[in-house]
Amino acid sequence: MTTETREGKGSGDESFEPVIVGFFCNWCTASAADLAGTSRLQYPPNVRPVRVMCTGSVDTSFVLRALLEGADGVLVGGCHPGDCHYVTGNYRARRRLAVVGKTLESLGLEPERFRFEWISASEGAKFAEVVTEFTEKVKQMGPSPLREM
Amino acid sequence: MARIGVFVCHCGLNIAGTVDVKRVVAEVGKLPDVAHAEDYIFMCSDPGQLMVQARIREMGLQGLVMANCSPTLHEKTFRRAAEVAGLNPYLVEVANIREAAAWPHQKQPEEATRKAIAIIASTVEKVKQNISLHTIKVPVTKSVMVIGGGVAGIQAALDCADAGLQVHLVERRSSIGGVMASLSETFPTLDCPQCILTPKMTQAGKHDRIRIHAYSEVEEVTGFVGNFKAKVRHKATYIDWKKCTGCGVCMTVCPTKKIPSEYDSGMADRTAAYIPFPQAVPNRAVIDAEHCLYLTKGKCGICAKKCPAGAIHYQDNASVEELEVGAIIAATGLEVMGTEEFGEYGAGSIPDVVTGLQFERLLAPSGPTKGKVLRPSDGKEPKEVAFLQCIGSRDPENYNAYCSKVCCMYTGKQAMLYKHAVHDGQAYVFYIDIRSDGKGYEEFIQRAMEEERVLYLRGKVSKVFQDGDRVVVWAVDTLTQRWVELRVDMVVLATASRPSKGVKELAQKLRIATDEHGWLKEAHLKLQPVETLTAGIYIAGAAQFVKDITDTVAQASGAAAKAIALLSKDFLERAPLIACVDQDLCVGCGNCERFCAYGAIAVDPVTGKAAVNEGLCEGCGGCAAHCPSGAATLTNYGKKQVFDMITALLSEGAVQG
Repeated sequence: MTTETREGKGSGDESFEPVIVGFFCNWCTASAADLAGTSRLQYPPNVRPVRVMCTGSVDTSFVLRALLEGADGVLVGGCHPGDCHYVTGNYRARRRLAVVGKTLESLGLEPERFRFEWISASEGAKFAEVVTEFTEKVKQMGPSPLREM
Repeated sequence: MARIGVFVCHCGLNIAGTVDVKRVVAEVGKLPDVAHAEDYIFMCSDPGQLMVQARIREMGLQGLVMANCSPTLHEKTFRRAAEVAGLNPYLVEVANIREAAAWPHQKQPEEATRKAIAIIASTVEKVKQNISLHTIKVPVTKSVMVIGGGVAGIQAALDCADAGLQVHLVERRSSIGGVMASLSETFPTLDCPQCILTPKMTQAGKHDRIRIHAYSEVEEVTGFVGNFKAKVRHKATYIDWKKCTGCGVCMTVCPTKKIPSEYDSGMADRTAAYIPFPQAVPNRAVIDAEHCLYLTKGKCGICAKKCPAGAIHYQDNASVEELEVGAIIAATGLEVMGTEEFGEYGAGSIPDVVTGLQFERLLAPSGPTKGKVLRPSDGKEPKEVAFLQCIGSRDPENYNAYCSKVCCMYTGKQAMLYKHAVHDGQAYVFYIDIRSDGKGYEEFIQRAMEEERVLYLRGKVSKVFQDGDRVVVWAVDTLTQRWVELRVDMVVLATASRPSKGVKELAQKLRIATDEHGWLKEAHLKLQPVETLTAGIYIAGAAQFVKDITDTVAQASGAAAKAIALLSKDFLERAPLIACVDQDLCVGCGNCERFCAYGAIAVDPVTGKAAVNEGLCEGCGGCAAHCPSGAATLTNYGKKQVFDMITALLSEGAVQG
C-alpha cells in the first residue's frame, strides 16, 4: 500500500462520502454541536457522534476501533485548555491521544485521519467549520485502506 | 436478548420535516434487540409520555431509547416518566436526532435519515448494556465556611446562621468589613458605612452560630459536597486574643508609627501593633511582624510592658485548625488597582494624584483628615479637582477590557461629596460613557451634574503632569472636538477593580475555575450565577465580578440560600454515574490515582487494589481510559459498550452502501 495509490483513489472518486466517528465531550463540544444544530448551521452529515463525559475518557482503543471498523476518520472534540469541566481531563486526553498519529502511521494510515480539536460550548460555528473542513480533508484522502480489510 | 423500546419523536416538523421518521421506525424495528419501535408527534407532551409508560408496562420493555432532541432538554423528563412506569431511569438513553441530524442537514433528508438511524442504533447498543442504578445518598455536615469577611461574606454568614447553620467566617485581615468599611458614603443614598455596615459587623461578631476566624487563611480543602474538610491557618497575631480587650494602649505606645495604613489606603499611617480601625470586629490588636522592632531586631518590647491585659505574646502563635463543613461560600471580593501602576497619569510621582479609594478616605469623617478634603502634598484645600474615569478599565491594549462597573457611580458621588466639603470648589469628570444603570443611579448622576454643577467632559486624558504646585491635565473633549488643558489642584483616578490577591491559589484549593481575568467562574453566567461547577461551593459578591453593594448583598443572600437549601436535607443525593473498579482485574498500579483530579480513586494499602470514593467521584471516566488492565470502568460507559456503539454507528444501513 503506497501513498500514491491512496491519493489516486481519493482524487479519482468524486462521489466518495467518508464516514467519520466523532467523540465529543458532554460539556463543551457536544454542547457546541447542539448549538450548531439549534442555530441551523448546515454542515456535512458524515460525522457520526458519540457523546462521552470527557475527552479524558477517550481511550486510544476507541479511536483505533473506529478506524478498524471502517471509519475513514476520527474527530475528538473537547473543552479548551483550562476549561475542562473535570479540571485536567482534556490535558490528559491530549497527552494520551498524541500517540494516535504515530500509531496510524505504523498501520499505514495517514495521521491526518485523526484530529483533536478544542471546541467550547459557545462555539457552534467553530463546530460546523471543523466538521466541514475535516470531512473535506478525509474526502480528499479517500476511503480508509482498512475498510476493505 | 434485551427488550428495548425505541420511541421516535417528530417534534412537529422539526425532526419529521427532514428525517423520514416512518423509515427510521421501520429500520430500527429490525434491530435484534428492539422489541418495539414507535413514532409520535410530540413525545415530551403528556400524551407522549403516557404512551411510553403504557408500552413499558404492556410490552415489558427493559430499556428505552428516546430519539428526539438533545439530552440536555428531555433526558430528565423521560427518565422520570420511565421511573413512574417501573423502569429504572438509568435504562433510558436519549438519541439526539434533532440537533445532531434533522437541523444541521435540512437540505439532505436522505443523509439526515441515515445519520438518525446510526445514532439510534448506537444508542440501542449502549442501553442494552446499561445497568440499573440508584442515587447515592451521602450524609451532610450542617455547617458552612464563608471565605472573605466583606459585606458579601457578612451577609452570607448572617443569612446562613439565621437559618440555623453553624458558620465559620474566615477573613485574612484582622477585622471583617472589607472594602466597604473604608468607604466614605455610599451611592445613591449617601449612607455612611458606619451607619449601615458596622451594625451588621457587630451582629456577625455576636451571633451564636457565627465564628469569625479573623487574621486567618484557608490552607487546604479536601472532601466533597456536604462533607468538606478545610484547614484554616490562624496567622500569628503575637497578641493573645483571649486576653486582649481592644483598649488600644499598644497602639499609643508603639514607637514604629510610619507604616502606611491598609485601611486608609496609605493616606494615613499606622503603628506596628495596631487595630485597623476603631469599629473593627473582632476588636483585637495584632502585631505586624515585618515592622515590629522587637520581632525584627529584638529591641523595644514596650507594648508588652504597657499592655494592661498582659496579652502581648512575642512567640509565634500561629495555628492550623481543621473545620468540617457541608458547603463553602467564596466571597473574596475585589481590590482596586493602586496608583503605582499608572505612571502615565502621574500616579506614584505626583503626590496630588490619588486613587478613588484614597480619595474616599479624604472624604470620610472617620478618615485621617476627619472628612476635610486636603490634598496630600501641602495639606491645602484643593479648589479644582479633576476626576478621571476608566483608568485601567475598558482599555484592552494596556489593562483590562472589562468595565469596572462601579466607577461611574462612585466618581459622581465623590465629586458630589467634594462639592459638599468645598463649596466654592469645581469638580471636573472625564468619562467615556456614563453607566448609571441601577435603581436611582441615573437620577443621582443628574443631581451631580445639575444641582452640584459637576462639569462632565467626555474624553480621555492623554497626559497628567506637575507644573509648580498645580497638576496639568491634557485631554480632548470629544463632544466639542476641542483640545482641553486643565490646571487643577488634585487629580483622582477611578482605577480599575480586579480580583483580590491570592484568589487564583484559593480557587485551586477549592477546585473551582477562574476566568481569564481571574474572577471566580460561575457555573452559568445567567442561570447559575452563584453556583460553581464544583458541587457545594458557591460564590458571593465581587469575587465573581465587580459589583456594587446592592448587587453584592443580593448575590450573597442568593449564595446563602443555595447553601441553606443544600444543607436542609439530612442526606444528599448524587448521580450514580461514577467509576468502579473490578477488584479481580486491578493490579494496584496506581495509574488511576495519579490521573484523578478529585482524589476520588486510590489504591487501598491493605488490599493493594484501587477503590472509588462514591462521594468524590465526578464520573469523568478518565481513570477508565488510563487503566492499563481494564479494571476501572465508568458505569454505563464500559469499553465494550463504546466499542459496540462504534460498530453500530458504522453498520450497514447507517452508512452509505
